[in-house]
Amino acid sequence: MKKYSLNMLLLLFAIGLLFAAHFRVIDSYIQIVVMTVGINIMMSTSLNLVNGNMGEFTCGHAAFMCVGAYVSSVLSVFCYGTKFGEPLLPAASVVIVFPVILLIGGAVAAVSSLLVSVPSFKTRDDYLAIISIAVNYMIISALENMDFIGGSRGFQGMKDTVWAMVDIFDGPWMMFWVINFTFFTVWLIRRFISSTYGKGVNAICQDEVAAEIMSVNTNKIKIINFMIAAGLAGCAGGLYAHIIGYVNPQSFNILKSTEAMVMVYLGGMGSLSGAIISAIIFTGLLEVLRSQAIVDGLLSPITFMFPDWEPSAGVIKWVLIPLLLVIVMQFRPEGIMGNRELSDVFPRLKKFYRFK
Amino acid sequence: MMAQTQTQAQAQPAPVLEIREMTQRFGGLTAVNNFNVKLEKNQLTGLIGPNGAGKTTVFNLVSGFYQPSEGRIFVNGKPTAGLKPHKVTSLGVARTFQNIRLWNDMTVLDNIRVAQHYWLGYGFFHSVFRSKHYLRREAEIAAEAEELLEVFNLQRFAGELPKNLPYGIQRKLEIARALSTHPKLLLLDEPAAGLNSADIHELIRLIRWIHERFDVSIWMIEHHMDVVMELCSQIKVVDFGQTIAEGTPDEIRNHPAVITAYLGDDKI
Amino acid sequence: MDFFIQNILNALQWGSFYALIALGYTLVYGVLRLINFAHGDIFMVGAYISFFVAGFLIGPIIGLAPALAFAVTIPLTMVLTSLVGVTLERIAYRPLRRKGAHRLYVVITALMCGLILEYSNLAVLGASRLKFPELIEKQIWSIGGVTVTNLKVMVIVTAILVFLFLQWVVTRTRIGMAMRAISYDKFAIPLMGIPIDNVIVVTFILGSGFAGLAGLLFAMSYPVLEPFMGMLIGWKAFIAAVVGGIGDIKGAFVGGFLLGFIEVGVVTFFPSTYRDLFAFTILLLILWMKPTGLFGIPQSTKI
Repeated sequence: MKKYSLNMLLLLFAIGLLFAAHFRVIDSYIQIVVMTVGINIMMSTSLNLVNGNMGEFTCGHAAFMCVGAYVSSVLSVFCYGTKFGEPLLPAASVVIVFPVILLIGGAVAAVSSLLVSVPSFKTRDDYLAIISIAVNYMIISALENMDFIGGSRGFQGMKDTVWAMVDIFDGPWMMFWVINFTFFTVWLIRRFISSTYGKGVNAICQDEVAAEIMSVNTNKIKIINFMIAAGLAGCAGGLYAHIIGYVNPQSFNILKSTEAMVMVYLGGMGSLSGAIISAIIFTGLLEVLRSQAIVDGLLSPITFMFPDWEPSAGVIKWVLIPLLLVIVMQFRPEGIMGNRELSDVFPRLKKFYRFK
Repeated sequence: MMAQTQTQAQAQPAPVLEIREMTQRFGGLTAVNNFNVKLEKNQLTGLIGPNGAGKTTVFNLVSGFYQPSEGRIFVNGKPTAGLKPHKVTSLGVARTFQNIRLWNDMTVLDNIRVAQHYWLGYGFFHSVFRSKHYLRREAEIAAEAEELLEVFNLQRFAGELPKNLPYGIQRKLEIARALSTHPKLLLLDEPAAGLNSADIHELIRLIRWIHERFDVSIWMIEHHMDVVMELCSQIKVVDFGQTIAEGTPDEIRNHPAVITAYLGDDKI
Repeated sequence: MDFFIQNILNALQWGSFYALIALGYTLVYGVLRLINFAHGDIFMVGAYISFFVAGFLIGPIIGLAPALAFAVTIPLTMVLTSLVGVTLERIAYRPLRRKGAHRLYVVITALMCGLILEYSNLAVLGASRLKFPELIEKQIWSIGGVTVTNLKVMVIVTAILVFLFLQWVVTRTRIGMAMRAISYDKFAIPLMGIPIDNVIVVTFILGSGFAGLAGLLFAMSYPVLEPFMGMLIGWKAFIAAVVGGIGDIKGAFVGGFLLGFIEVGVVTFFPSTYRDLFAFTILLLILWMKPTGLFGIPQSTKI
């Protein structure tokens, strides 16, 4: 039994969270934070697959999140919303159809990743970085010009779907889905990357020429890897859209991509556990620094000298976090975990889990 | 042309490698000019020539890394034109590199395992859902890889990272990795480069042993004449992309063109 | 016909800004293989510096005549902005380079430095937009139906002069030779007795100085300053540099003007919301066809 203790612990933790949310032990703010952690874990682990394991340098991960968010939002409004006329599906089917909608969003995002993965056959590093940035801007810009889904004003109406779920059973549905999809993401990536098939990705990272000549179909593996990463980011986007109930192309701009990149490089390139840890730390930091009281406390020596200066937490947050990161980079230039996993750092941990 | 090749194949086993009138140009430079070769099964052949003669280019062309400007290459009777390198490898050509190119942050065992990528026989969904087929294949591959490490006497390094291993072991590992792709023809690009004389003696033994144990044809580029002369039954000499001589070691040793290429012309 | 010439002039002006910023990206990239993501924000800082310098010079304490103030503002802005650039290199990039950190970690650090510049500016100066003082009297020349302002001419001429100057520095001077050498082989250069850090500092001085100049000219042409003005223009200039072939002075120059022409061309024929969509799609198509940019030399893999 000991060897499953970590698995059990995680399961208990997830169930505990759901119960706590259901019985209002944790308020809706904390719930949102927990869900954001889940979405950020999905974003950072999926980007880690490309930027960490495959060693590419793409800076436009939010583009795929954007595609996923819009596709699943539009589908969800078609199926259960009233915005485009009568709902296509009976409200009772929502519990089964909702994850399918998210997966379809992910699938379309996966297909859109071809925009980046096909050029990656011929080029890598900085040129691919540019291509991915250009794709990010392109997708945002294209959505801003689509007036039937709101254009730059954004798109809403997804809450109908969430309410349809609440009508069936009054519980923290979005939390439930976020937890499920987060586990699904980590499970899928772990299984893929630990198989000999997935190790082809690492081989490409370390020596692409050798990989190709040693019988790895590098182009195919690249496409698959990009598709997995983009697909999972698309699912994350769908969840995000349904939590907030509103999407705007500008929520997925280069700043969002930067967040995902920061999580990957803070955690350490190619380390799955590092990506998860850094997603938790990063989201926590963002939320802690959102509090005006804490920011005022941190800045009290400066505001004492300049009493007229009243910085807002929302702004200072984005000075302090990058500053902190720059300092972390100076002391640990390889990220929190380097390219190791948690089980490499603490080998005794291996006794407590089996993730097969 | 295809039909003709096939009838030939039925009449007698196709040569492991056949290159017909292959030419490769880079811009204005002709790196390889009208190159012909026919390697029979189980042959140990040498390819020698001064630096910059186009030897590695020949290997790059054979392994599919470049497409030849002219001419055709057949591996076991099948044309390789237009094939990506991993496809060529799947036809039975494996190679090592002049500068060792191992995957340095993967364990030795993984290095061997990933080299079987083409023969995995399962895809993404099998790997994620851990189907029976997946588990069986992974077990087979692991067993095969461990066996390969064992016959190469590398099993004690199985969990190490290649970058932490001594140079000689890395060379050996690279050859083992190449053999893991089930080749019929093994291309060795300067296997003795950077080795000391004791290591070279061991290498000669190793190559001869591989040749017998794995039943492969070996084609090697080498600058150490004693290695080539001792191992190879046939030697091909190139200079400036041209084949200047071919024959047995004894013939090559006394071939006037070879002596000129290596030592220069004394008539100047 | 006038319509075309007018738009060509507009495109040249936009292209000049892109080119001036892209040159800075390319210089640093050419030497360090580092995408200095903070460069767009250095441009923004340059605009702010020029605002304060100009305001101070024509203000009550000094009270220079606007034209004279303009003449003094140019060098002062360039010097102060290059100080910002060099400071970034000294405190953020160099220690990482010394530690042998992965190249991408330096890139992330640069990205973070850009964010710090943007948001600390926002925190200190607030979100209110600043209006740049008019330093030189605006002159409008009409030739036929085409109107040209002296500022527009100045911007275009400056971009061309800066390009010629940098091309001269890189190809004809000792320091330029050292720069090119470093980009070929970082490890052999110190062995040849070239002080690598000094060369890098000079690179940052040149790149940031001209970003400051671009900031000044931009602030004079579009006299509204805000902390995020460097973001989009910086990214775009960077993409322009890559399309031209990053690391190549000529490429950055051509790429910048190309982007200017594409954008103005799109806006002329389509609603302006389509500008980014078309511009990025065209750039993407160029990169698909020529992955190393127009003037970039493909790095051949040797095996």
